[in-house]
Amino acid sequence: MQILDKKTDFNFMSKRKVAAVFSILLLLSSITSLVMQGLNFGIDFTGGTMIELSYKEEAKLGSIRSTLEKNGYGDAIVQNFGSIHDVLIRLPILETENMAELSNKIVATLQSGHESKIDVRRVEFVGPQVGEELTEQGGLAMLYALIGILIYVSLRFEYRFAIGSVVALVHDVLLTLGFFSILQLEFDLTVLAAILAIIGYSLNDTIVVFDRIRETFLKMRKGTSEVIINRALNDTLSRTLMTSATTLLVVTSLFIFGGEVIHAFSIALMLGIVVGTYSSIYIASNTVLSMGVSKADLMPPEKDGEQDINEDGSQV
Amino acid sequence: MNHYPMWKNVLVIAVIFLGGFFAMPNLYDKDAAVQVSAGRYGKVDLALMSKVESALKAQSVAYMGAELQGDRLLVRLADSTTQLKAKKILDETIKGDYTIALNLASTTPPWLSGMGAEAMNLGLDLRGGVHFLMDVDMDAAIKKALEGLASEFRGLLRDEKIRYKRIQTEADHVVIGFRNSEHRDMALAKISSEYNELVVEAQDMGTTPSLVVRLTEVTIRETKTTALQQNIITLRNRINELGVAEPTVQQQGDSRIVVQLPGVQDTAQAKKILGGTATLEFRLVDFEHDVQDAVKGRVPATSKIYYHRDGRPYLLQKRVMLTGDHIINSGSTLDSETGTPTVSVTLDGKGARIFSKVTGDNIGNPMAVVLIESKTEMRKVGGKLTKVKRIDAKIISVATIRDQLSKKFQITGLDSGAEASELALLLRAGALAAPIEIVEERTVGPSLGQDNIDKGFQSVMIGFAFVLVFMVIWYRVFGAVANIALAANLILIVALLSLLQATLTLPGIAGIVLTVGMAVDANVLIFERIREELRLGNSPQASIDVGYSKAFSTIADANITTLIAAVVLFGFGTGSIKGFAVTLSLGILTSMFTAIMGTRAVVNSLYGGKHRPKLSI
Repeated sequence: MQILDKKTDFNFMSKRKVAAVFSILLLLSSITSLVMQGLNFGIDFTGGTMIELSYKEEAKLGSIRSTLEKNGYGDAIVQNFGSIHDVLIRLPILETENMAELSNKIVATLQSGHESKIDVRRVEFVGPQVGEELTEQGGLAMLYALIGILIYVSLRFEYRFAIGSVVALVHDVLLTLGFFSILQLEFDLTVLAAILAIIGYSLNDTIVVFDRIRETFLKMRKGTSEVIINRALNDTLSRTLMTSATTLLVVTSLFIFGGEVIHAFSIALMLGIVVGTYSSIYIASNTVLSMGVSKADLMPPEKDGEQDINEDGSQV
Repeated sequence: MNHYPMWKNVLVIAVIFLGGFFAMPNLYDKDAAVQVSAGRYGKVDLALMSKVESALKAQSVAYMGAELQGDRLLVRLADSTTQLKAKKILDETIKGDYTIALNLASTTPPWLSGMGAEAMNLGLDLRGGVHFLMDVDMDAAIKKALEGLASEFRGLLRDEKIRYKRIQTEADHVVIGFRNSEHRDMALAKISSEYNELVVEAQDMGTTPSLVVRLTEVTIRETKTTALQQNIITLRNRINELGVAEPTVQQQGDSRIVVQLPGVQDTAQAKKILGGTATLEFRLVDFEHDVQDAVKGRVPATSKIYYHRDGRPYLLQKRVMLTGDHIINSGSTLDSETGTPTVSVTLDGKGARIFSKVTGDNIGNPMAVVLIESKTEMRKVGGKLTKVKRIDAKIISVATIRDQLSKKFQITGLDSGAEASELALLLRAGALAAPIEIVEERTVGPSLGQDNIDKGFQSVMIGFAFVLVFMVIWYRVFGAVANIALAANLILIVALLSLLQATLTLPGIAGIVLTVGMAVDANVLIFERIREELRLGNSPQASIDVGYSKAFSTIADANITTLIAAVVLFGFGTGSIKGFAVTLSLGILTSMFTAIMGTRAVVNSLYGGKHRPKLSI
């Protein structure tokens, strides 16, 4: 099956101003939300305790809350998790004797007033110090990934391409973070991993497009940079869509069948794939074009400067 | 042009065959099992095996087999219910220095395992268990080293007949005050010559001529490393006492220890035992001074007030007769006469020598057994939450020394049988060199673990199926070829994970799922190129060749950049994130092989020999 059987000839770059405005608007709202309400950090980063319990019968949230409140755990947030039998209890860092033993006390408290055995599915406790370290390390990890990529792309291509790809990556990361901030979805360690995977994925996409742009620059004798970049984008369009589609398919499978624990992870990935595909066309290529890349910039050095090159990069 | 030399075809087939071979053990489910292993004094042999078997038979527990594996005995059972039942029976019947633990037994046939093929390990999030991250209190380790020094100085100065006023331990140094500077100078010379790892300075504290003794940077570092290593050993011993099969105890960073206990459910008990700081000190009672005077504030320089559990104060000598470090074995029993819980103690050679000398010299004098526990509390100090450490030292018994004691003796004064057995366990496993604090816990119950396996497996399979269908619809025969490569890729990832004996976690499965999606990218790139070349009117054979060669550098670039992100993830990684990074990186590497070389081999053999084949793409 070949939906894009004929050579496509969309004029992507004619819409580049519209796309830029669109992206800037999205970025602004992301940044505003990140500044105003920030991210809803999970206990991985804030520290605290999370307990997932499974009741044989329907879990009565009201009575769980009141039991906890009576025993001095009024700060607990109690909600269903995945099904009516499963409950997730979250507690911030409390000034109790020993945070590490808190989960055992809470489970014992709930079990003591309950007939059937409550199944403890999961307990996570993160001390405040560990949370701080993770936040710091997570930020650094993203920075290192971006720097490493900047260096590799500069070596393989040219600095304008490196900047283009990093602008696209920052765009993708900010939009994903913004999405999590606006909807106040929980941001935990798995989401951070997803964002680093998005950096890898989006870059993968961008590199394929850049590779083609470089090839097309060297191959096409005529045409402005805009025409050439359009050609390259059309040539890779079918591949871009195919790969995004297959990756989206598997991530969707992960979202539907992977269970509650990796929901946030798969949401971040789905969003990142869509945004990453868009950004390699409109942000990465756009940036490269705006910075005035030309054929001469991509020529192997020894051939450089021998031909007359027009301002727009075409040659006569 | 579309012919692969023989060696390339052979290579592709060989790699996939080997992949299949090493991935195979994962097809065999593991058996529930109970493992009996011996401590220092136990022996795993046929006699033990028959004892175990007859105990199980007596309670009519059906077991599938018992086998000796080196220093452990494995009993295979049908399911987890009988597994728990069998453990309970063995706990009751097998006495002596044995550890009885729940485990999973491999069912890989011997011809496979004999060639080094074993299934990959399942992470705690898949098989259930506890993960603890523990912070070792290094300040306390230094303080303890200094206290040890202070105690040695007391002995040294007394032996050398150098008169000192007091010896005091501060956070990072020891201060010794003298009556006059003459004695101070003698002490300076003596200590400097005996301890070259110390920095000794003469200083006047007010009017008191004093010495300030500090540890050098090197010694501080060594002390910390030793504390960490010793804590790891102690934790291992304690975990053995708990009866956990295949635990992990590892150093992480400069001051942290990761402990992973697969299958452990009673986390409250585990925390209590692992973090337990209880140890004993034996001190002579200072009966020359009056306790009541001391309580009023006139404490003699060589003594200190301690309180008995019942609240009575005692004046004990500052010098410790013996610490719990010298205890090599201990057990809890009930006293045959009084029926109260007691702990029997065996000392090591050095401890026995010290103890017999001190008790021999002090027959008729009272001696106190002090139970020491250090606790960490969160307190609000000036509006800020800070950790406060508290040493809890309580006298559990005071008795008159009737005889010279040496290697073995008993301690009474414990509250309950449970306290006695816990203290015995902690004494047996050794004391922690420095207190530890749990700073992270991740516990996964067995039901969630199984759920995670099921869901993870399901999402890989369904995602995989989606992609298979999609590729065949889109690229027909070439799509089918890509699908074969994808399947081979999955097998290779599993084989590599098994070969590396890596641990598969849920995020690891997510990494595999993501790789499935991204692995086809290489094929998509190649196939789109072939289509393009065909569209340009090139011959099918040329199109295939050009398609592969042109796509190669793009694929390499794209994958290397993704690898950079994966490597950063690995470096950053805490446990589960590392799993994701590992499977993602392995997947990228194997997909380069299967998607490029693998598919080319198949495509070549399909179309390579024909003159102008009609490509189904």
